[in-house]
Amino acid sequence: MVTLNHYLILSAILFSIGTAGVFVRRNLITILLSIEIMLNAVNLTFVAFGRALGSADGQIIVFFVMTVAAAEAAVGLAIVISLFRHRESLNPDSFANLKW
Amino acid sequence: MLLLIPLLPFLGFLLNASFGKRVSKALAGAVACGAMAGSFLVSLVAVWQLVSLPHESRAIANQVFTWISSGDFTAAFTLRLDPLSSVMILVITGIGSLIHLYSTAYMHEESDSEYARYFSYLNLFAAFMLVLVLGSNFLVMFVGWEGVGLCSYLLIGFWYQKKSASDAGKKAFIVNRIGDFGFVLGVLLLFVRFGTVDFQEVARAAAGVSPEAVFGTVSWITLLLFIGATGKSAQIPLYIWLPDAMEGPTPVSALIHAATMVTAGVYMIGRNAVLFAHAPHTLAIVAVIGAATALMAGTIGLVQNDIKRVLAYSTVSQLGYMFLAMGVGAYAAGVFHLYTHAFFKALLFLGSGAVIHALAGEQDLRHMGGLKKDLPITYWTFLIGALAIAGVPGLAGFFSKDEILFRTFSSGHTILWVVGLLTSLLTAIYMFRIVFLAFHGPRANPARTEHPEHAVNPSHRENIEHHLHDAPPAMAIVLIVLAVGSVVAGYAGLPSILGGGDWFARYLEPSFGVAPVEDVAAHGLEGTLMLVSIAAAIGGIGLAFYFFLKNRLAADALAERFSGVQTLLLNKYYVDEAYDAAIVQPIRIVSEEGLWKVFDVKVIDAAVNGVGQTVNGSSERVRGIQTGSVRTYAASVFFGVVAILGYYLWR
Repeated sequence: MVTLNHYLILSAILFSIGTAGVFVRRNLITILLSIEIMLNAVNLTFVAFGRALGSADGQIIVFFVMTVAAAEAAVGLAIVISLFRHRESLNPDSFANLKW
Repeated sequence: MLLLIPLLPFLGFLLNASFGKRVSKALAGAVACGAMAGSFLVSLVAVWQLVSLPHESRAIANQVFTWISSGDFTAAFTLRLDPLSSVMILVITGIGSLIHLYSTAYMHEESDSEYARYFSYLNLFAAFMLVLVLGSNFLVMFVGWEGVGLCSYLLIGFWYQKKSASDAGKKAFIVNRIGDFGFVLGVLLLFVRFGTVDFQEVARAAAGVSPEAVFGTVSWITLLLFIGATGKSAQIPLYIWLPDAMEGPTPVSALIHAATMVTAGVYMIGRNAVLFAHAPHTLAIVAVIGAATALMAGTIGLVQNDIKRVLAYSTVSQLGYMFLAMGVGAYAAGVFHLYTHAFFKALLFLGSGAVIHALAGEQDLRHMGGLKKDLPITYWTFLIGALAIAGVPGLAGFFSKDEILFRTFSSGHTILWVVGLLTSLLTAIYMFRIVFLAFHGPRANPARTEHPEHAVNPSHRENIEHHLHDAPPAMAIVLIVLAVGSVVAGYAGLPSILGGGDWFARYLEPSFGVAPVEDVAAHGLEGTLMLVSIAAAIGGIGLAFYFFLKNRLAADALAERFSGVQTLLLNKYYVDEAYDAAIVQPIRIVSEEGLWKVFDVKVIDAAVNGVGQTVNGSSERVRGIQTGSVRTYAASVFFGVVAILGYYLWR
């Protein structure tokens, strides 16, 4: 049977994949996608705990997170488009002007 | 009601300070004089109310507001009128009004804004002085005490473009500050000892203590308070500011440096008579300092050539008399002399002001002479003032000075009495030196002076001759009123030996809480002493007549013969130079070489610069972290979170 631990382990795996994606990939679109994976890993944790504890709080938080994620994706993609128009590049390392 | 007395001059100050520049001189002067005259009228009414009370309970108090309330300590802003302060307010507002009136003519050549500034300061001074004498506790008194110091500074330095005037203002302020420091320490110690700063409560508490046989707390309190008094009232060692204060306009010298502010120290001791009476050691110091100051200032006054400086030293000398009286426990006699002195010293200063005014600013006695027929009003009033201060029988100064000398002798201070008598002789000599040099004899010949560069050039001289005029009406009226006062004021305290009743001393009795010594058996002694002091006064005038009118060559010859003494006196015993060498220069050197070049530069500046350099240097190294790469930032956030979570999990 599928226990809470299974969900948590899956969530941890997903979160790690997302984190690794943010660090390793050099494409802004992919990084945004990785962040979505991290957010959904957290969502999974919330839902799993909500079910295990018999409380609706987890689900409610997840709706909030999804709303924020949607907004974030909209703003993030807009920024990415704007950056691309400037530099013809999607590599985050080419946008390192804000330093000492 | 009592509040109106200081409030009216204060309103006058506010009006003249705010709008004085925009109105005519006549209006500015009228506002200032009106404020003072109003205050005088209110004072008269208040004193009338006071006198109609029974003798023992003569006091009117008026609590304006609670000023400080902290724990079980409260100090109210209370004005209190009793016989002692009633004498003071009448002197301040009465003489003050006359001097305001006189100033309207004397300062007429100033520009509109300067004129208003002058009167606003004068009104502010009167307001503070009235707060000083009406305050019912040390804190309220201190407000006035500091306020008159400030106004004194402002008025001495009134002609601030002149360096000597602004220097004199600063000197007065700083010297007063030294005294005030002692005063504040005294009040603090008093509070520690008695737990109150209210005059009446202090007197009640002090009355319960037996007089100190050894030098204890009460002696320290009174000594510290006396240091404050030496600053305000120009006694040794802090008298040096008063002669320099003559840089201010002459009416200011008359008001502040003769009639009112300088009497604050005497008033303060009189106000705390009970406290001082319980510190016999301090009283002895007060008496000795007073007598020493009287003699020293008298000798300096003998040779000074600036007419106002002679009067300034004479003021210091007369204040010494008052302190002598306080020191031998004759509080009423001291305050009596304060009151008569206010009349004739104001008269003398204003008379000298009229002379200076007539001579277009000339203050050197050697450039005067023979002014008698050109300035008759000034001459006769000045003569009355000089007779009064010299102690000629029948005039104000005789009664008060004689009272002091008698009390000094009868309390067993024979040496101090001799010093006082000698000073009395000197007083007569230097006053009549002014009279004879300025008003009698030939018109001075500039070539006779020792400083040719100061001599008036011929064309200027003609201007002066042309300018020469007697006091204008406003000044003449004031001179005449004060001259009348100098004659009659003394009869308020006519001693019983001359058919009077010592009314003045009786009136003041409740304020001092010390009954005046009534010694009928001493009447014979009093009569003898009176004759001796009359002889001193007449002798002094005679000596002055011989040396400064009849045979001036003899005076020169005498000066020649004792040229060492002459130089010493002309240079005022080198006290200023000694203070400069002993106090000012060491402080300057320590400040410059030690505090500035070592402590300030090497410690304070170094610390400030060091902090800056440390921050700068460390930033230089740390700023490399800001790479601009978003992924690096994200990584550092991630590892930071991991580290913090790890710490809490494996703690």
